[in-house]
Amino acid sequence: MIEVIDGERCTSCDICVNVCPTNVFDKTDGIPVIARQGDCQTCFLCELYCPEDALYVSPFADQAQPIDLVALKQTDSMGSYRRAVGWTDETSDRRGVDRSYLLFGH
Amino acid sequence: MPNPSHRAERVSAPEGSVVFEADVLVIGGGPAGTWAAVSAAERGARVVLADKGFCGTSGATAAAGTGVWYIDPDPALREAAMANREKMGGYLQDRRWMTRVLDSTYQHSNRLADWGYPYPVDGRGKSQRNSLQGPEYMRLMRKRTKQAGVTILDHSPALELLVDDDGAVAGASGMRRQKQDRWTVRAKAVVIATGGCAFLSKTLGSNVLTGDGYLMAAEVGAEFTSMEFSNPYAISPAFGSVTKTLFYGWASFSYDDGSVVPGAASKGGRSAIARALLEGPVYARLDKADDDVRHHMRVSQPNFFLPFDRTGIDPFKDRFPVTLRLEGTVRGTGGLRIVDDSCASSVPGLYAAGDAATRELICGGFTGGGSHNAAWAMSSGAWAGQGAADYATQVGPAAGRTLSSAGAVAFRSRSRRAFAPAALARAVQAEVFPYELNYFREASRLQGALGRLDAAWRDVSEADAADTSEIVRARETAAMLATARWMYRSALARQESRGMHRRDDFSEQDSRQRHYVTTGGLDEIWTSARPHAEAGYAEAAE
Ligand SMILES: Cc1cc2nc3c(=O)[nH]c(=O)nc-3n(C[C@H](O)[C@H](O)[C@H](O)COP(=O)(O)OP(=O)(O)OC[C@H]3O[C@@H](n4cnc5c(N)ncnc54)[C@H](O)[C@@H]3O)c2cc1C
Ligand code: SF4
Ligand code: SF4
Repeated sequence: MIEVIDGERCTSCDICVNVCPTNVFDKTDGIPVIARQGDCQTCFLCELYCPEDALYVSPFADQAQPIDLVALKQTDSMGSYRRAVGWTDETSDRRGVDRSYLLFGH
Repeated sequence: MPNPSHRAERVSAPEGSVVFEADVLVIGGGPAGTWAAVSAAERGARVVLADKGFCGTSGATAAAGTGVWYIDPDPALREAAMANREKMGGYLQDRRWMTRVLDSTYQHSNRLADWGYPYPVDGRGKSQRNSLQGPEYMRLMRKRTKQAGVTILDHSPALELLVDDDGAVAGASGMRRQKQDRWTVRAKAVVIATGGCAFLSKTLGSNVLTGDGYLMAAEVGAEFTSMEFSNPYAISPAFGSVTKTLFYGWASFSYDDGSVVPGAASKGGRSAIARALLEGPVYARLDKADDDVRHHMRVSQPNFFLPFDRTGIDPFKDRFPVTLRLEGTVRGTGGLRIVDDSCASSVPGLYAAGDAATRELICGGFTGGGSHNAAWAMSSGAWAGQGAADYATQVGPAAGRTLSSAGAVAFRSRSRRAFAPAALARAVQAEVFPYELNYFREASRLQGALGRLDAAWRDVSEADAADTSEIVRARETAAMLATARWMYRSALARQESRGMHRRDDFSEQDSRQRHYVTTGGLDEIWTSARPHAEAGYAEAAE
């Protein structure tokens, strides 16, 4: 489930509010809020669209998980999905490397 | 550039709602809906597309990505592709439809390449087109939908259809849930592309898929088919949502004590996992993958690894607990019955595409996941969009038609009893999640579940209308309830095991039941058998 929006990184662009398929976030005058955490479907798509790597989705789908944001920021978790699919400038060469065709039919 | 005169027109809005006038309304913006919208617009129709979430991220494909039934047009390869799953599907497929879908998928995938989809190139320089990364594909489809001049309404779940005096479908209305008001689209034809129903099981990307399109269509009298084939369960880490099963082909499955679960496998041995889960926890480890395979897995499907990387599990070395999440009609094959090549439903003005429609024509009774569903979504989407656009031209001017709302459950004020969506969702899940009810089926257990589900339907039919803050959830859970009842009524009617439908009390496939089960109705659910084209010919020849 979505656990945090990092207030230091977030620029209040509201992209996450728009793209979340289950409408988990609400706009505010500043940083969006996680208004309906229980509706989160753990799809990780808000992370892909956040240009600032300011969001973190915990992989636990059925229950909330306490997060230590300071410790989390010392790992490379935030933004890791975006980098892996090639949606950052530095990793855009990864967009065309899908090797699924070698794995189908196993 | 889109021709501005082809844009849907926004007309005067009554208080608290926004009204559009269009030729074609597409409900749902996954692959089926976006292909439908683009195809209808290319036929010159003014199109509105309304999605519950955000067109581009919402639905099963956007979150999961899909293997695609893309086969080069070599007759031998095509023949092998068609023959491949016929037995698993219980011989309920239709060769003519398989041929059409293979042709259409080939064309549409090649269009995606022209539009800039970054297909990978293999070691021999050949572009490989049998896999689509979900976020990449759906971001591109949103862009193309906009470029085609389609008006997209995001965060706008449809709630009910509109019909004209003759009972033809002529639009829909719903909520703009980030603006707390209503939308109405008056259209000459409607495409239902709302995906399947996964019963809020948190299977990847599917909590927006609650069968809403089925409920809306049933309220105008549409028919369903193959609803008994709606019990696929997908493997995921027990704590997580990533139900991507391909890589479990390299897994070993074990009990708590480390001993191997006999017969357990992702393919052809998933029921052994379900039986073991009835006894206690089951663990997986992807220990059959060599270094090359591990590398391909990582670059191909990065989201598969998020649950592991973020919990410190090495899935190739460590054992981790797994579960099976119900995917309902998302990777099942049941849905709205298609009556002709344009993907028309049994109701005038109403078309169906993707998981909202049956996939029996190309999958029979076995899952369309892995390749067929994605092929069906793009093919049926394009046909339904074109069909709806052509129908709209024949209908003529819309002016002067009086339209009425078809929604019933959760809209009618019946009593002082409140509609309680959260409780209803749990009640439906309690009947459809358990493996002993839905994976392994048997008459008395099915009848017990149906009795409770029918009682729940009577209860919600008599409940008071839901208020604005609850109406979307109320309609979603009512749709789940209706879907469960079509599913189990059809499962009772099929007194054999075929495809993914297994009956403990009829464990064999019965050659006399090589037919389809049609179903429909809301207060009273009916079923009937429909002959399979080839089985019919065979009987006639005997
Ligand atoms: C984990 C997973 C893996 C899969 N892998 C494969 C695979 O490898 N190969 C394959 O062929 N298939 C696969 N599938 C199945 C495939 O994803 C679906 O068949 C496909 O997404 C169907 O497309 P669709 O457009 O019909 O539905 P979806 O992509 O689910 O889109 C439906 C859309 O309708 C919208 N909607 C729902 N209700 C409403 C409403 N009331 N009003 C407005 N909009 C609404 C939703 O928000 C959503 O955007 C997989 C499915 C899952 C869950
Ligand atoms: S997308 Fe990222 S930066 Fe933008 S509002 Fe959301 S959290 Fe903040
Ligand atoms: S993980 Fe998916 S459902 Fe959850 S907040 Fe992010 S986008 Fe929304």
